[in-house]
Amino acid sequence: MAILITKESKIIIQGFTGKIGTFHAEEMMEYGTNVVGGVTPGKGGQKHLDRPVFNTVKDAVEETGADASILFVPPAFAADSAMEAADAGIKTLVAITDGIPAHDMIKVKRYMRRYKAEDRMTMVGPNCAGVISPGKCMLGIMPGHIYKEGNVGVIGRSGTLGYEAAQQMKDLGIGISTSVGIGGDPINGSAFKDHLAKFEKDDETKAIVMIGEIGGPQEAEAAEYAKNNISKPIIAYIAGLTAPKGKRMGHAGAIVSSHGESAAEKVEILKKAGITIAKNPSVIGETVETVLKAL
Amino acid sequence: MNIHEYQAKEILSKFGVSIPKGGLAYSPENAKDRATELGGDLWVVKAQIHSGARGKAGGIIVCKSEQEVSDAANKLLGKTLVTHQTGPEGKTVQRIYVEEGTDIKKEFYLGLVFDRSTESIMVVASSEGGMSVEEIAQEKPESLIKTKIEAAVGMQAFQAREIAFKLGLEAKAINRCAQAILGAYKAFSTSDATMVEINPLVLTGDDHVVALDCKMSFDDNALFRNPELAELRDKSQEDPKETYAADRGLNYIPLDGDIGNIINGAGLAMASMDMIQLAGGQPANFLDVGGGATPEKFVKAFKLISGDPKVKVILINIFAGINRCDWVAQGIVDALNQINISQPLVIRLAGTNVDEGIKILKDSKIKYIEAYTLEDAANKAVKALKELEE
Repeated sequence: MAILITKESKIIIQGFTGKIGTFHAEEMMEYGTNVVGGVTPGKGGQKHLDRPVFNTVKDAVEETGADASILFVPPAFAADSAMEAADAGIKTLVAITDGIPAHDMIKVKRYMRRYKAEDRMTMVGPNCAGVISPGKCMLGIMPGHIYKEGNVGVIGRSGTLGYEAAQQMKDLGIGISTSVGIGGDPINGSAFKDHLAKFEKDDETKAIVMIGEIGGPQEAEAAEYAKNNISKPIIAYIAGLTAPKGKRMGHAGAIVSSHGESAAEKVEILKKAGITIAKNPSVIGETVETVLKAL
Repeated sequence: MNIHEYQAKEILSKFGVSIPKGGLAYSPENAKDRATELGGDLWVVKAQIHSGARGKAGGIIVCKSEQEVSDAANKLLGKTLVTHQTGPEGKTVQRIYVEEGTDIKKEFYLGLVFDRSTESIMVVASSEGGMSVEEIAQEKPESLIKTKIEAAVGMQAFQAREIAFKLGLEAKAINRCAQAILGAYKAFSTSDATMVEINPLVLTGDDHVVALDCKMSFDDNALFRNPELAELRDKSQEDPKETYAADRGLNYIPLDGDIGNIINGAGLAMASMDMIQLAGGQPANFLDVGGGATPEKFVKAFKLISGDPKVKVILINIFAGINRCDWVAQGIVDALNQINISQPLVIRLAGTNVDEGIKILKDSKIKYIEAYTLEDAANKAVKALKELEE
């Protein structure tokens, strides 16, 4: 089954005809993703990569029945494009764009509340590598070949650290149902706990890996949520044990600004919630293996 | 991006928040002139550095004569102030602000921040002004008044009045205080701020409400649409190496250790630093070269890291996704053909086209220690360091 995207998902690309959009569209299509078209305002009616281009997301959804979209729109216009996708009825949106103003993301989150919970789009990112359901669909910029198809759900903030975990798992013969990159920004479209809930309901997923980092309340909120709502085993790693306080570590959201946001504090909170901790980033795969063997 | 107190106050005043009269000075003579212009018989000379807690560090001097103003300026200009926010190296005072004295009846705390948990703007107030918000949270948590603002409609007047009443102000000062709070909110919301802190907000002897000190930070991602704010940037208050790196598209933070590292991706960079520490070493820096690491970026990264006298060993850890290991390897080789590095070099490549990448490194003339996993890379870097020390 996987979560968010499957073999049947119909994908459109916002910012389709740009250089980056084109490059990743080709990569996704090569992986087998069902790309049905794209949106670039003003270029509607043209063909690009043998797919139709539309002026608006609404046009694209009406013509193609698209239910998922990926955003390669520059930061200044990305929030607007995300709201356009939500309004057109897109169910899953991946925002790759890095550098969206935080005030804009607050606006997007508020805007989405106008839809009933069951109709509301799930936004993944921004500033993320995207989502992949290995062997079925890739909606992102990750190297698809390092992900093996299987039964472990992965949720992570960082792109390359997520790759590291996927590779370690593949080397041990462990596959992934879906891997979700929620992104490194202070305000994310969706949080760890949103995807924990989806993985809990997914029959294919037997265990869940969370890859967090310093900064923000998300990991602690996920721990609290997991205690009462998640029956599947969770394995977590938190990056940034050596990160100094008050310094922004690359990601806009990776900064310790209040109590409970350091890596050491997050590890304690996760442990208390019964979550298995991978002690260092080199043993994420091994830790998952141990947990799976005990099932 | 942070700005100085006098700049933050100027912004506040544009949004209707009262501030004491004052003027900027770059020399003792300058400062004396400002005092003459302001008139009166009490002045405060304030060091302008990007940090709070300047009072405790001796950066704020109350003066009773124009001569004292000049002496205070003489003492502060060029001085390095160390506070808990500047780090041990401190920040150098290059500008001072001369302000008229204020008759203070009561001090309050007012702060506006992004609350990541509720994804809204949070207004925090307290009757315990003058203390840092961390101190207030520890010592007088019951005094904290938190108001969540609905971002879509903005702060309402009743919310500001509620805060003013909770602060215990008398009737005649309520509207003045509410106006100050609403003004601070407008300054926050219209300038893409991430933090506005007025500490203290004071009630004067004649019941006016005045912002006596102010700190503001802005979202770097939104500076493109706030050019007038971007101009307020004062690079002299930033770490010169961080600024050098940022201007060249590198995400760099210097640390205290001796193993320099060059990594792609913020999460992987933090994880690699953690791994170095677990292996018994200390990272000299955080450096994320980003996704599409080109040879030019590697040259810049090598220059930055190898030129750091602290750095004894360099560790490169690249997990190639869309950029391929063969491109990365070629980038490293090209960079090392342009600059010489004296430190031992540990390289770990993983991901797309890893075999081709390793072949390029092996066929080149560069001297390096090959590592296969994250753990292996950290262990080999620490081992290389120990060998140097022997």
